[in-house]
Amino acid sequence: MTASTNTLRAESLTSIVSRTPLENALRRFVRHRSAQVGFVILGFMILIAIFAPVLAPYSPIEVLKDVKPRANPCIHAFGCDVNQSEHIFGIDGNRRDMLSRVIYGSRLSLEIGIATVSFAIIVGTLLGAVGGYAGGWTDNIIMRVMDVLLAFPSLLLSIAIVAVLGPGLINALLAISFVSIPVYARIVRASVLQVKEQDFVSASRALGSSPLGILISHVLPNAITPIIVQATLGIASAILDAAALSFLGLGAAPPTPEWGLMLGEERNSLFNAPHLVFIPGIAIMLTVLAFNLLGDGLRDALDPRQVNVSKEYRKG
Amino acid sequence: MSQFLIRRFLLLLPVLFGITFVTFALARILPGDPCFAVLGEKVSPEQCAAFRERQGLNDPIMVQFVRYLGDLTHGDLGVSLKDQRPVTDIVLQRLPMTIEITIGAMFFSTFFGVLLGIISAVRRNSAIDVGTMIGANVGVSMPVFWLGLMLAYVFALKLKGTPFWIPPSGRLSSGISIPPLTEFYHMEKLSGLWGAVVTFASNMVTFNALITGNFDVFRDALWHLILPCIAVGTIPLSIIARMTRSSMLEVLSLDYIRTARAKGLIERVVVLKHALRNALLPIVTVVGLSVGGLMSGAVLTETVFALPGVGTQLISAILSRDYAVVQAFTVVIALIFVFVNLIVDFSYAFLDPRVRLQ
Repeated sequence: MTASTNTLRAESLTSIVSRTPLENALRRFVRHRSAQVGFVILGFMILIAIFAPVLAPYSPIEVLKDVKPRANPCIHAFGCDVNQSEHIFGIDGNRRDMLSRVIYGSRLSLEIGIATVSFAIIVGTLLGAVGGYAGGWTDNIIMRVMDVLLAFPSLLLSIAIVAVLGPGLINALLAISFVSIPVYARIVRASVLQVKEQDFVSASRALGSSPLGILISHVLPNAITPIIVQATLGIASAILDAAALSFLGLGAAPPTPEWGLMLGEERNSLFNAPHLVFIPGIAIMLTVLAFNLLGDGLRDALDPRQVNVSKEYRKG
Repeated sequence: MSQFLIRRFLLLLPVLFGITFVTFALARILPGDPCFAVLGEKVSPEQCAAFRERQGLNDPIMVQFVRYLGDLTHGDLGVSLKDQRPVTDIVLQRLPMTIEITIGAMFFSTFFGVLLGIISAVRRNSAIDVGTMIGANVGVSMPVFWLGLMLAYVFALKLKGTPFWIPPSGRLSSGISIPPLTEFYHMEKLSGLWGAVVTFASNMVTFNALITGNFDVFRDALWHLILPCIAVGTIPLSIIARMTRSSMLEVLSLDYIRTARAKGLIERVVVLKHALRNALLPIVTVVGLSVGGLMSGAVLTETVFALPGVGTQLISAILSRDYAVVQAFTVVIALIFVFVNLIVDFSYAFLDPRVRLQ
């Protein structure tokens, strides 16, 4: 190792020390390659979702006249007859414009991901906090129930729940939320146990703070990092699971422009109109990929174990 | 060691109880009267009362639950409301296909996942490492059913007429079939547990073909399994590759590896013998945890490849509100998942002596 790299290392070490943990995390996140890619893709998806009415040439459920069902994409720039109307992604089996449906689908997918995970976080946090704080029997019962829920393969449990509630988008979302509750309950409970006995919590209790107040101002800030990471990755799997349920006919009902449903409706035309199967799948994949990459980046950035000096040296 | 195994096994009991309770409760909190669901809307109150009495629905809920547990231990999963067959028969007929896909996908994902992970770790930052990691990120983000459709498109349509053509659907090519094991061995029709085991093994086409020496059928069955297994195995493959890579990187940076290299061992021995054994523990965990995903994936993929497994039956049962079937498949798959995790825990004790001593 040369002297110059040694000085560089020393400088970077001092600079690590002089920054707040949040600044450090932010720096690591911004420099993280996969976080950058995820951020760009997600930003793109969010923009599409926000400006869907502007971007989509047609309504997603409008049945078009003068077009053939499952017509191939028609792009004027690529030599499609100018007299025909332009449909970049082609026409689906019910003579609707595929591009518009895919664009509106981005709204639904983002909503699905965020809604299911938010619900799971709220319920999971509550259960985990109550369990960790109360301890004893309450804790035991809550956590054993969570263990049992984790003992099922998650998608199959959601399928079973949908079987009970009946097919439909809302029921599918409830089922997906429900099966992801245990993860958040466990995270929050672990953080509660970690800080429950610490002096600053005792002090706060001595000052007369209510359990809820302690939970909000002392416990949750300690749990927020793993929750954020888990939520980002959770959104990815929620979108995948919702698409799977819709694909099976247990989720969104036609004519909702849901990507999984679009795939399911057109799966039998795979050999004669492959674009109808190809495009929604790519859309799902890109959205899920964005959340996965972002989640990886967040985990690497927020995990304090990353600032492990000896590890840094070993690499060099 | 045995103490560890016994303790782990005892810890399983509450979970098993919970699983059966949840599946039982799911079927009981259904909206609507099961009587209408089974006998139709036009049924008379007397018929309904008789039905409730016959099905034991008038008993207290705990009595019903205990009876359900008792039936379960006898392998009695109830009767399908739709076609009046014992659900156990349906499970024995459908489950082998799903298990075949799960096992095939597990071999595929573990073999290639560990292989790619090791290569990526050893050749860190090389083209193959970067390629694998990008591939792994994309791999975990793909919907299983979509990947299945894409594979069918490429291998069944685009490669038609080439030696790489693979059939897009079905379990065996038309004209090929395999007799049940009882017929092959000229056995009496068995009942009870042995009957169930033999039926299960018969319906597992690859296994049946292998032990009866029917290699043409075996090859044909494997050929039909390739695409579903790749589709189902891709997500676990990506996860296993990433896990293997990071676990190997950590181990390879330890001092004993440097010692092994310093004493002149060839790299292959260092990597495969010294490093891999210590890197295995997290890999085994991931493989075990992926079983749940594999089974869900198999259920999804069966509908794409028109395979007669749990998935296709489960979906039609849900749509026709045949809860006995849904309940049975849920409980059976959850039990399999739990036992696989138990095996994973046991393999820890085998791989890592520290676990035994805890």
